[in-house]
Amino acid sequence: MTNSASDSARAAATQAPDDARRVHIEVRHVTMAYGERLIQKDLNFPIYRGDVFVIMGGSGCGKSTLLKHIIGLQQPASGEILINGENFFTSSPQQQLAMRRNWGITYQSGGLFSDLTLAENVAVPLQQYTELSPAEIRDVIAYKLALVGLAGFEEYYPSEISGGMQKRAALARAIALDPELLFFDEPSAGLDPLSSQRLDELILEICASMGSTVVVVTHELASIFAIANNSVFLDADSKTQLDYGDPRELLAHSKHDIVRRFLARGEPQNRDGSS
Amino acid sequence: MPTAAIDQPAAQSVPAAFSAHTIDGALVMELSGAWLAGHPLPSFTELRAAFEQSSLKQQRQPRWRFSAAADLQWDSACMTRLFLCARYCADHDIALDTSALPDGMQKLLAVATAVKPQEAQPAAHPTLSQQLSAAYTAIRDHIVELLQFIGELSLALLNLVRGRANIRLRDFFYFIEQCGPQAVGIVALISVLVGMILAYLGSVQLRQFGAEVYVANLVTVGMVREMGALMTAVIMAGRTGAAYAAQLGAMQANEEIDAITTLGISPIEYLVLPRFLSLLLVMPLLCIFADVLGLCGGALVATGMDVNSSAFFHQARDAAQFGDVAAGVFKSFVFAGLIALAGCQAGLQSGRSSAAVGLATTRAVVNAIVYLVVADAALNILYDKLGI
Repeated sequence: MTNSASDSARAAATQAPDDARRVHIEVRHVTMAYGERLIQKDLNFPIYRGDVFVIMGGSGCGKSTLLKHIIGLQQPASGEILINGENFFTSSPQQQLAMRRNWGITYQSGGLFSDLTLAENVAVPLQQYTELSPAEIRDVIAYKLALVGLAGFEEYYPSEISGGMQKRAALARAIALDPELLFFDEPSAGLDPLSSQRLDELILEICASMGSTVVVVTHELASIFAIANNSVFLDADSKTQLDYGDPRELLAHSKHDIVRRFLARGEPQNRDGSS
Repeated sequence: MPTAAIDQPAAQSVPAAFSAHTIDGALVMELSGAWLAGHPLPSFTELRAAFEQSSLKQQRQPRWRFSAAADLQWDSACMTRLFLCARYCADHDIALDTSALPDGMQKLLAVATAVKPQEAQPAAHPTLSQQLSAAYTAIRDHIVELLQFIGELSLALLNLVRGRANIRLRDFFYFIEQCGPQAVGIVALISVLVGMILAYLGSVQLRQFGAEVYVANLVTVGMVREMGALMTAVIMAGRTGAAYAAQLGAMQANEEIDAITTLGISPIEYLVLPRFLSLLLVMPLLCIFADVLGLCGGALVATGMDVNSSAFFHQARDAAQFGDVAAGVFKSFVFAGLIALAGCQAGLQSGRSSAAVGLATTRAVVNAIVYLVVADAALNILYDKLGI
């Protein structure tokens, strides 16, 4: 992901809706299942370039599973998922590698390598995909860790820092290669409201400046309203997507009672009160 | 053109460059071209050198100002250099002005410099005396922890005897199955082979005196007093001791042990006792099994060396005193306790990461084998003094 001076300034100023509405990820008639057990069926929605897209829904509805499908860890039972118009599973190994290079992913519990220091963790993607010298890699690591507020923690092991710091370190590793697509699985799980808010702001600022598309799996309402400009709601009972759109719009106008209740925290319709 | 020029080939973009001018006592550095990863870029050292050459550094309040040309393209490679410049400015009291840079760059730089770096602890090389004292402390702590663990285990056993221990019978049977029947195959294989090794060793020496038939005595006494118990214990240390440490370590990492403790259940009673007791019960049986199979292995070799098998077993029966068998079985009983102790202790004291669980498993096996050999030597001395 690169930026040019004049363009990013213009994009920041106008939010250029026309340019931003290009489809980045397309989920087409996807059905997900573990063996015989159906998780979700007939999912069908686009994710646009530059959006912060939230996959939401109740616990156990298959949000994380959908993310695993998008990032190519699991194959859909039927349907296809196109990223930049390409299906990951039908691509050649070289193409898959090239696609993965443009993704940054943070997992629910961080997914940091516990036997590596933070610096070594961030270095892994750099060593895998770039030909930077060790000194250059050290500089990039210092910059990335500083971005997430962890300057000076290079030599710490993940077990020596707090849960919030682990999440931020995982973010540093995810953005090591300036990915054009960033995935977050429950970024605020296990964080206090302030840490979680700080992490949300960090995600927004970093991604806005880098121009990345962000896909977040979460059920945290505060997060959803703070960061999302588009979303899909997965329902555990009907096992399909119930609604799609800006969560603020959905809170006010969704056809489905359950979506409005979810977004209003179960309270009967406070249309003006939220965030 | 949209915000990004992702697939633009390197050949078409203008190479990265910077120009430096001094304006109003400030060094103005204009970045232009493709400051992108994978392109040839000026390094931070070059930028710094340009600043230092500008002789502004000698001024009382030097200022360093960045601006961007219209054709500037940037990503993290550029930002890394700017970040290093910002850090250099902060360290040397130089006023940095980035207001002429694009918004995104300013924001990222602000985020990156918002948090002051944590003072890195100097990783001083420990001197020899420090290393020695650290090693001494580690050994002392280990012994204290071991004694503590033995104490807790004794209390748990006392509770069990008084009928107050919190132990699940189902667990107990499960672990008996785990360390008993499922280990029979590997124990059989190893003991037959050890019996054969003993027989070869003995027969080569005894043949020099024409006393091959005494190979039966050697194999019998060797297996029953020593090798049966020791080899079973080594197998079980690798098999069961390591499994105990890995299970308990993973439970520790997963906060299951915390959950048990806060439910008011003693993890020693609930988790360690069933493992400890089942191994204590099963190991002597496995030891007798190993003794018998070791004899069979010895007999196999002996018949190949012209000692007929009935003579072998006759000789073996004479050689094996009840005291020998009891001595071996008692050893395996002690070994069982030590293996369970090493495994469970390592597991319960494991750290909470996946690396720590691996470390706990290693420690369990290494400690168990050290305990085994030390205990074996001690018991042999004791037997000798008691004349068993």
